[in-house]
Amino acid sequence: MAKNESPYRYLQGLKDGIPIGLGYLSVSFGFGISAVGEGLRVLEALIISMTNLTSAGQVAGVTVIVAGGTLLEMALTQLVINLRYSLMGITLTQRLDDRCHTGHRLLMSFGLTDEIFALAASKPYPVGPSYFYGLMTAPYIGWAGGTLMGALAGSILPENLRAAMGIMIYAMFVAIILPPMKQNRGVLLTVMLAAALSCCMAYIPVLNAVSDGFAIIICAVLAAVVMAVLRPISDGEEGAP
Amino acid sequence: MRLEILLYVFVMALTTYLVRMLPMTLFRKKIKSRFARSFFYYIPYAVLAAMTLPAILYSTDGYLSALAGLAVAVVLSLLNQSLIVVSLAACVVAFLVGMISF
Repeated sequence: MAKNESPYRYLQGLKDGIPIGLGYLSVSFGFGISAVGEGLRVLEALIISMTNLTSAGQVAGVTVIVAGGTLLEMALTQLVINLRYSLMGITLTQRLDDRCHTGHRLLMSFGLTDEIFALAASKPYPVGPSYFYGLMTAPYIGWAGGTLMGALAGSILPENLRAAMGIMIYAMFVAIILPPMKQNRGVLLTVMLAAALSCCMAYIPVLNAVSDGFAIIICAVLAAVVMAVLRPISDGEEGAP
Repeated sequence: MRLEILLYVFVMALTTYLVRMLPMTLFRKKIKSRFARSFFYYIPYAVLAAMTLPAILYSTDGYLSALAGLAVAVVLSLLNQSLIVVSLAACVVAFLVGMISF
């Protein structure tokens, strides 16, 4: 193995991605149900999931379609809500190994989601294309498959079970951020600050008029900037926290 | 498949892809600045935290079931359980509490 190349392989990525895929299955199931409920056809809901692979952006996109908004509005909505992927993409460039040339990056970037990013960025060694493709596989299948199943058969599941499934994706976020919080005070403070800001944006009048996509960007950037000033990381701290 | 919807989906997918692809493809150099490295180190945790709170409290059909699910998720995460164990347990607990409280 050459210098700066990832020890992780496709199968390791596939295995790591399975919990994300299962989480996506339930979340996209809900998306499938609501998209068809809004008046989209099954195939249209499926194509949206297969070409976008993003939860908040897709929900907002369906809203624009149903409201008959302009294409410019569609583009702006997606730009704002998904801007966090640009930040994640830049972060990830710092964690990729030498085999990730432009061709790979063009394909890998399609699979850049919050959870895939969080997992890839938290690995102690740089990440290569084969591991990343493995990581993308189960979430992609889960996201598309869940949308199809939700669109086709959403009405079969009892309402209270569907409601409880809504918490799965957030519980997974908790499982991603809590272990590093225990080990690193900077991460702990970052999470607390971002969560506090997010609650302010949700509950304080005027501030709560800001759209969800914008609110996430504002809170996350503010928290990360404050912590980068107050508690900059030391050399070699960028691996697993 | 209706043509006008296909057009919306095309614009939606293209925008989302460009937002993901351009920074990851064009940005190549190692970041030297300590501030920038710290920022990029903290940002994923900040994004996930901002997405989770307070949204998790509204992710089920009641506060009580959501709080119970959150509590279980926190405890199991502190015990270093895997992602799927944590999310399934939170779902089951939220479901059970939802049944009791209605």
